[in-house]
Amino acid sequence: MITKEINAIFTIAFRDLIKLLRDRARVLSGFVFPFLFIGILGSSLNATIGENLGFNFLTFIFTGVFAQALFQSSAAGVISLVQDRENDFSQELFISPISRYSIILGKIFGETLVAYVAGFGVLIFGFIIGVPLTLTQIAFLIPAGLAACFLGGAFGILVLSNISSQRTVAQIFPFVLFPQIFLSGVFNPLIGLPPILAFFSRLTPLTYAVDLVRGAYYAKSPVFSQVVVFHPAVSLFITAALFFLFLFLGTFLFVRKERNK
Amino acid sequence: MPPIIEVKNLVKRYRKSKINAVDDISFSVGEGEFFALLGPNGAGKTTTISILNTTLIKTSGQARLCGFDIEKQAGEVRQRIGVIFQNPSLDRNLTAEENVRFHASLYGLYPFRPIFSLMSNSYKEKVFELAELMGIRQEIFQPIITFSGGMKRKLEIIRGLMHNPRVLFLDEPTTGLDPASRRNVWEYLQNVRRKESTTIFLTTHYLEEAESADHIAIINKGKLISYGTPEEIKKDLKIQTPTLEEAYLEIIKNHDN
Repeated sequence: MITKEINAIFTIAFRDLIKLLRDRARVLSGFVFPFLFIGILGSSLNATIGENLGFNFLTFIFTGVFAQALFQSSAAGVISLVQDRENDFSQELFISPISRYSIILGKIFGETLVAYVAGFGVLIFGFIIGVPLTLTQIAFLIPAGLAACFLGGAFGILVLSNISSQRTVAQIFPFVLFPQIFLSGVFNPLIGLPPILAFFSRLTPLTYAVDLVRGAYYAKSPVFSQVVVFHPAVSLFITAALFFLFLFLGTFLFVRKERNK
Repeated sequence: MPPIIEVKNLVKRYRKSKINAVDDISFSVGEGEFFALLGPNGAGKTTTISILNTTLIKTSGQARLCGFDIEKQAGEVRQRIGVIFQNPSLDRNLTAEENVRFHASLYGLYPFRPIFSLMSNSYKEKVFELAELMGIRQEIFQPIITFSGGMKRKLEIIRGLMHNPRVLFLDEPTTGLDPASRRNVWEYLQNVRRKESTTIFLTTHYLEEAESADHIAIINKGKLISYGTPEEIKKDLKIQTPTLEEAYLEIIKNHDN
């Protein structure tokens, strides 16, 4: 019973990876934004305002963008189920004799694999432009990034349960994503924020993924307390709690919307 | 023997709709039977099929398939049915074989492997055998986008039969196919039926496809208005020795008035 569900999750996950590897444009576009954010925005901010911060601003932005790119790629990928629905392929998924949670989990794992294709590109790019990366740091970054992917995927299913067409996705996605990018401290340190912004930043799911990734990267760094807001165990716990909340609520609402027309 | 499909007082009203798309219909289908559900566009055929294949929730009534309640035991039902949808539901980014492999793995028939050559030998043999039978052996590793409408239908049927379903739902399966492809698809389906005694549940607008059905049900505006063997359907009419199509048109016309 369990092996059947796991086999199905694998199947659904690998379908996404196979599709990605055939779509060169999508592989490329996964790299472009992180490169722009880190290469141009990060480098220029580091040169202009980074001097007085007491920590390397390029590294700060690199770790933030790494988490944000994985979260966003995974969320957008899960939302692409809307595309399967418009192509009628989703029917094949929904008549299959497996748990609806397996379908969604398979999709989240698949989009995690997809996100990591770009994620490794970001790591290599960071290495090339001189972000300090020890093997220990990489070994911590990879699992922390996985958490960002899972949270992004589960967030995606929650968004998906409230929309019905690709056009709506294009309209809504920027509104649920951009506030998160700015409130989660991808480009701006969260320490010392005005109370109202600090309040909203703590309501933002992406905040905990970004902070977890930074907690992993800066674990042994003297500037840890200047760049990381929560203890990594706290952000890991909140990330996991939000993941399960979004997964169960999103799947329930999504399945109900699909079947109860 | 209890019927394989049992529908009692089935009602479906879509949300935001004031009328019932399916309005209190009851019928049953025997095991191994070839059953045809006929009716004009919008009569409720696809709605009925969607409820029976567990992708749509009913409003009221009862339906059982192989003895399992279609809502409370949806998983058991799904394991036992194959569905050929009105709109092709293949993944156009994958090859034909990948579509089949995806399906077989989802149904737990074989452990999934990301590359064909790593799949088990029994899977490979089964794929080649089915592809040979359907005349797409040469194209089985080609992307779906290169396939004609007829080839896509054949592939969907191969896929839908991989897990040996007890009931095969066919929702207008030959729409858009040329006569040669239609004949070819039907020869294959009838062959499967003889060999596996699979129950076939068909909706179609090509009435001659329903001539060889064991039983026919005609629905109009959500109501079941006629049920019987093709001969019984033709018998109770004023016109002499009608074709099934003439009988069908007459029954619909009488009900509309």
